[in-house]
Amino acid sequence: MKQSKYKGWLYLLPAIIFLGVFMVYPLIDVIVYSFEEGYNFVSQTSTGTGLYNYRYVLRDTYFVQALKNTFVLVIITVPVSTGLALLISLALSSVKPLRNLFQTVYFLPYVTNTLAVGLVFMVLFKKTEYSDGMINLLIHFFGGETVDFIDGPHWAKMLVMCIYTVWIVLPFKILILTSALASVKEDYYKAARVDGTRPSRIFFRITLPMISPMIFYLIITGFIGAFKAYSDEVALFGTDLNSAGMNTMVGYIYDMLYGNSGGYPSFASAAALILFAVVFTITCINLMVSRNNVHY
Amino acid sequence: MKITLDHVTKRFPNRNKKIHEDVIAVNDFTFEIPDGKLIGLLGPSGCGKSTTLNLISGLEMPSAGRIYFGDTDVTDLPAENRGVGLVFQNYALYPHLTVLDNITFPLGNLRGAEKLTKEQMRAKATEVAKLVQISELMERRPSELSGGQQQRVAIARALVKMPSVLLLDEPLSNLDARLRLQTREELARIQKETGITTIFVTHDQEEAMSISDLIVVMKDGVIHQIGKPQEVYDKPCNLFVAKFLGTPPINVFEGRVKGGKLYIGDDAVLDVKLAENEADGKDASDKKSKDGEREVWVGIRPEGFIPDENGPLSCSLQKIEVMGRDTSVVSTHPAFAGTTIRSIIPSEDTAGIGGETVRFRLKPAKVCIFDRETEKTIEFTQP
Repeated sequence: MKQSKYKGWLYLLPAIIFLGVFMVYPLIDVIVYSFEEGYNFVSQTSTGTGLYNYRYVLRDTYFVQALKNTFVLVIITVPVSTGLALLISLALSSVKPLRNLFQTVYFLPYVTNTLAVGLVFMVLFKKTEYSDGMINLLIHFFGGETVDFIDGPHWAKMLVMCIYTVWIVLPFKILILTSALASVKEDYYKAARVDGTRPSRIFFRITLPMISPMIFYLIITGFIGAFKAYSDEVALFGTDLNSAGMNTMVGYIYDMLYGNSGGYPSFASAAALILFAVVFTITCINLMVSRNNVHY
Repeated sequence: MKITLDHVTKRFPNRNKKIHEDVIAVNDFTFEIPDGKLIGLLGPSGCGKSTTLNLISGLEMPSAGRIYFGDTDVTDLPAENRGVGLVFQNYALYPHLTVLDNITFPLGNLRGAEKLTKEQMRAKATEVAKLVQISELMERRPSELSGGQQQRVAIARALVKMPSVLLLDEPLSNLDARLRLQTREELARIQKETGITTIFVTHDQEEAMSISDLIVVMKDGVIHQIGKPQEVYDKPCNLFVAKFLGTPPINVFEGRVKGGKLYIGDDAVLDVKLAENEADGKDASDKKSKDGEREVWVGIRPEGFIPDENGPLSCSLQKIEVMGRDTSVVSTHPAFAGTTIRSIIPSEDTAGIGGETVRFRLKPAKVCIFDRETEKTIEFTQP
């Protein structure tokens, strides 16, 4: 029996080493960095320990801007994309002809490279010497004024950002929701039909509760994903996100680590831990809400 | 409510696109279900029983024919307007709702003048819950119930809106043997107490026979026989019905009728006089060979054998299985159509059985004669 105890650990060893080196150690390291003041990468020295890094980050206007941007992104894109995905999935599961075609079309953004999608959005929104972009042409058609979506006012940039994010997360959500809808047994609907249930009641009392676990899964992963947004911003607004005013929290962390002035690991770590705290809190709230609303 | 099916046919397009012929699930059904009775739709799987049920419920629309509830033609009414209660094979209870919410769900669909308050719904639910004896389970979720309890909840949900017709699709197939026995009695009781016309589908002939007022035996979308269980058992209209009803099944022999005697092999087992005015009497006379011989199938129920040292039917004995009250005698005969003959004999009459052969006398009432080709029953009398 004793031997088998060691054997068990032996089998676990590869995973433990891997997780230890690539997850646990860096995690601890980040926490340590975040409390070391004036840490220097080259000399590997610090001037002391304390909460200075946190104080600095929280007072940094760029960080506050990034925090605001991230929150706006999360609050707008998660509900919109989940709701939209639900509508599209419902439509998809109720049409018979061309369903496969539509499913493919809706799934395209998922397999398309972020930067390639960014290029497409440039065509749609970017103002160049030759054209104002497709969307502006549309606005002109309806008699509106040109809006510079890429280098213009903050709300316009945010709008493009939200549309972009919604569009790019939609396929995965549609995929999950269509399969969730398909897994609701036909018998439930038949039973409801025999009882003369109205379509709206069928949706709210049967369909929605039945797929609620999947919806909550999408909301939680959606929140986490949106908090970690970064590459999409780069695809649209380039690498200098701070001056574009479109930075996100992950972008801020990246800039602190590798940005042009290069190398403030302590500030980056502090920002990363703040991000972690935010995501953790939101996820806990989500789970608490879902426990009361997801029934089985 | 009386239900009438008038030449109802249901065709489905063939799944195999290369075959353009439709699949006929229900073929030209005409029968009348009397008010307030318990009817069993019986047949092997794939015979169109569930389709028939769906047609009556309105979940499927017939390709041809009319369906009447009482005197009203409901053929074109969708399911929700027919007022039927339907219990599914897997119950289809909403897993996220409590038993109470499941039962009141159909009531929540009522609108306008019929709309009920929460208290009224609860009162109605409590009433049916009492009827099906689940009053103490009202706050549970379906996943916390046993199969039998779920079944009762499903019945309660179907009954709560006081349907004119209650339909049950294989209601007992998901229950274990003991529970099945118990639940089928329960089903009969609930039906008696409510007096609602009830139709249930089953492939288990014992189940159908034991509780139905009337059974409908189907095969391949065609009704073979309708009647009271005992009548259908005693006087099956053809070989299929005879074989389908009864456990152990009827023993079928190759036989012939010659000179007023029924032969199995070379044993003249009964004196018979075939009814001449049977349906296909005309071609029956053609089939008779010159010496008046006619090839037939002879079906003998297991309880139709009487052991008798001087009996006309001689079989070679294989084994004797004691079952307590009865004894099952397993034997073979060269003219037997299956492998072994199984006869059920009261245990006190088995004293003389032993050795290589066993001889039987037959109870004429337990013998059926079928045409060799059409497999239809040939009526006979004993001279």
